[in-house]
Amino acid sequence: MVPIEYYLGLSAVLFTLGALGVLIRRNAIIIFMSIELMLNSANLLFVAFARLYESMSGQIFVFFVMAVAAAEVAVGLALIVAIFRTKQSIDVDEINMLKG
Amino acid sequence: MLLSEAISSGPEFFSLVPLVVFIPVVGLLINMLIGDRLYIWVGDRMAEKLIGIIASTAAGLAFLVAVLLGISLINHPQGDVIVLLDWISAGSFKVNWAFQVDTLSVTMMLTVAGVGTLIHIYSIGYMHEDVQHNGDPKRYKRFFIFMNLFIASMMVLVSADNYLMLFVGWEGVGLCSYLLIGFWYEKGKEGIGNSIAAKKAFITNRIGDFGMLLAIFIMFIAFGSVNFTDVFEQAPAVAAATPAILIAITILMLIGVTGKSAQIPLFVWLPDAMAGPTPVSALIHAATMVTAGVYLVTRSYVLYDLVPEAQAIVALVGAVTALFAATIATAQFDIKKILAYSTISQLGFMVAAVGMGAYAAGMYHLVAHAFFKALLFLGAGSVILGVEYGHHHAEHDERLKRELKKRREDKDFDPQDIRNMGGIRKTMKTTFWVYLIGALALAGIPPLVGFVSKDEILAEADNFNKTIFGIPFTDVVYILLTIAAFLTAFYIGRQLLYVFFGKSRTLAAEYSKENPLIVTIPLMILAFLSLMGGGLNLPRIHSFTHWLEHTLHHLHIGEFDIQVALISTALALIALTLAYFIYYRRYNAQRDLPTAERPDDPMRPILGPIFKVFENKYWVDEIYWTIFINPYVSLSKFLADVIDWRFWHDWFHDVLIVRGYNRFTTWLSTMFDLKVIDGFANWLAITTERFAAWLRRTETGYVRNYALSVFLGLVIILVYLLLR
Amino acid sequence: MIPDIVIFVILSLIAIATALGMLMSKNAIYSALNLILNFCTVAVFYLLLDAAFIALTQVTVYAGAIMVLFLFVIMLLGVERLRTKSTLPWQQPLAFALAVILLVVALYVIFIRTGIYIEASEVVKEGFGSPEAVGTVLFNEYLLPFEVTSVLLLVAIVGAILLTLRQITGKKYIEMEKSDGSD
Repeated sequence: MVPIEYYLGLSAVLFTLGALGVLIRRNAIIIFMSIELMLNSANLLFVAFARLYESMSGQIFVFFVMAVAAAEVAVGLALIVAIFRTKQSIDVDEINMLKG
Repeated sequence: MLLSEAISSGPEFFSLVPLVVFIPVVGLLINMLIGDRLYIWVGDRMAEKLIGIIASTAAGLAFLVAVLLGISLINHPQGDVIVLLDWISAGSFKVNWAFQVDTLSVTMMLTVAGVGTLIHIYSIGYMHEDVQHNGDPKRYKRFFIFMNLFIASMMVLVSADNYLMLFVGWEGVGLCSYLLIGFWYEKGKEGIGNSIAAKKAFITNRIGDFGMLLAIFIMFIAFGSVNFTDVFEQAPAVAAATPAILIAITILMLIGVTGKSAQIPLFVWLPDAMAGPTPVSALIHAATMVTAGVYLVTRSYVLYDLVPEAQAIVALVGAVTALFAATIATAQFDIKKILAYSTISQLGFMVAAVGMGAYAAGMYHLVAHAFFKALLFLGAGSVILGVEYGHHHAEHDERLKRELKKRREDKDFDPQDIRNMGGIRKTMKTTFWVYLIGALALAGIPPLVGFVSKDEILAEADNFNKTIFGIPFTDVVYILLTIAAFLTAFYIGRQLLYVFFGKSRTLAAEYSKENPLIVTIPLMILAFLSLMGGGLNLPRIHSFTHWLEHTLHHLHIGEFDIQVALISTALALIALTLAYFIYYRRYNAQRDLPTAERPDDPMRPILGPIFKVFENKYWVDEIYWTIFINPYVSLSKFLADVIDWRFWHDWFHDVLIVRGYNRFTTWLSTMFDLKVIDGFANWLAITTERFAAWLRRTETGYVRNYALSVFLGLVIILVYLLLR
Repeated sequence: MIPDIVIFVILSLIAIATALGMLMSKNAIYSALNLILNFCTVAVFYLLLDAAFIALTQVTVYAGAIMVLFLFVIMLLGVERLRTKSTLPWQQPLAFALAVILLVVALYVIFIRTGIYIEASEVVKEGFGSPEAVGTVLFNEYLLPFEVTSVLLLVAIVGAILLTLRQITGKKYIEMEKSDGSD
């Protein structure tokens, strides 16, 4: 196995990229995808540690994360669709009616 | 000796002494309570008589008690002290209300009660006329209430066994004097003249009382007590140690004496006190109250004997006053004013006597003077009543009314002016004879009482050889008193001739009538006493002196000096003759002159400006007003108007405090409340608003910003954890 | 045999590249496709880590279902590109800075403060990562979370439908002006 540090590093990089995507992109879909990327990086780390400690629990966690991610995507996209119906745009910068 | 013990012991009546005070009090209370009712019960005339009888009986009973006390003293001459009750007991200061019964106090009691009773009886008739004349009959009982009060207070004064109780009586008689002088308080010059005279008496007396009080205070400090016995016991020791204390006490008491006994400089109230009814003048301002000062000095003989310096001052004050007043009396035209200045002068004789240390002589003259001066005053009152009657009669008679108008005697008729009298001896015979006796007594013609007493004083003055600072002051006193005696005879002769002799000068005098017996009988009794009074202290026998000796130990027994007696008698006779020549012969001669050139007094052209000085009493009142009273009044006005009103009230209070406070509160409300506190509150609100507005900027509404802030927080925490 | 490390490096490069591609692509379709590739790469990682079942689940669920859903929505809404310009000028630099910091911190922690982890064993036991193994653990230890997850999926379904449900009132689908976002 590749030393666990590398997996950690990779996961960190992917996570950072995902976070960056959330912060920088204005397209709601892209933001969502960045979130998925972040979740994915966490999954990777789970599996890597499962392998390191030879415990199946890590993989089970990944399983659950995926399930939840799927549910979340479904709901999230439904939201985006609903918003698009009113705003005719999925630019998150335009969804600022709670502006103080 | 307690009252209860005294009653149970022997045939002495010392225990009765509180009655001399309480019987007059009971009398005045009866009059006060039922006086008005009597008018309803028995009618006006009877009511007046009853009121007068009640008051006179009270005074008479007091006299009776005094007689009993006197009888007791014959057997027990050392006297006694009857304690009635504890009055003050504060720390070391203890004063009882106790009655001292000894020969001196009983002498005074007899004089006061005796002469007082006679005057009460006289007043029954006199006041009846007076209240009719002044138009307020209901005021009759007020007079007798005050007269009884006076007797009671005077008794307190003379029976006290300590200086504080004496002072209580002192104040009491001063009060009665005020009340009685101002009896007709709404009358007098411009409607307030009598009240002003009363006030003058009271205030001048108060100045004297101030000295008296200081003396008592010093006495307490020096001796620890104000009891006669205690003070006199300790006096020699204190005198040896610090004579200054005794000098202070005696001189301060002298101030009290000059106030009460009308000496220089506080005599000015006595002439004005003649505004009161004549019985008042007789009783209070001739026979009794004014002698309180002489009694005081005599009582304090122990103190005065220890300080010859004070004695000199007292004697000189008395002698100078005697001469001073006698000069003024020669130029007065009011019948009562002449007698008033005569009283001052005679009091000067008494004060000079006791000042020198001739206590027996002084006290004897006191008693003698009570007799003949009361007689003279009451006689003058009788004359005034007669003249008023004559004027009244003339006013209401048709023919005479026209005559009055013609002579211009109808308006502003003064029944007391001797220039309005004349020839009274024909119309009022009884009054004339008694008055003549009184006048001769005053002049000092033997063997009347006035001669014996005055002569004794002069003899003492001549024979004492007391010197002070090298000056033989008793000789100076002798010279002054002799001249005063000469003038005394002169002025009383003048008065006699003006009033009783010659032709009646006015219709009023012409039609004057003698007064009823109720008025003339007391006069006759007093005349009798004036005639026979000389027997009280005959030379060689000295009954009175021995009587007093029991109280005034080591009393000097005056020797009869034939030289002095002859000189004084001769001077009196010369004076009377001189008066006869001037006021009878010359006066009648001047009547032939036309009215314009005729002087009202034959002495006026002779003495010229000196007569004017005498007539205006040396302008003493005016001087006092200018030097003392006006500056004092100005000072009070200044203090009241400027300091109290303008400064204190208007400025300090209104401007400084009220306005300043208002300004302060206004400042507080505008500057402080509005600007600071409201400002603070507003600032809080505004700052909150601004802060909120600033903070609101984080609520951009952009999701990405919120995500960024989350991310930022995360990074910060991680960095912190890393660096920790 | 090619050493694991080489595979790892190549795969990681691909992963990072696709991630960057997803990030920077202006076209949403391209981003989705990049992400699919990323997911596939991560699946290979899983294979490397002896997680066979998970790897295939990744491909099936993530790449096959989720991303397809994404693509459907993108194409449904027709929002490949955004029309307007960005309105937050300082968002990007700050985000970059923070990302750099995070990366630096993470890498520092991982590589420099190291020495905590045990050595991995070269060979794992038989059947590690196999469906049997997953099933055993899943239905024994993690039964409850499993059941709860099913409820969660149900909730998600209901929610998704509700959110996009159109009332049968005849209201037109495009009514921007009147709508207030609740529908």
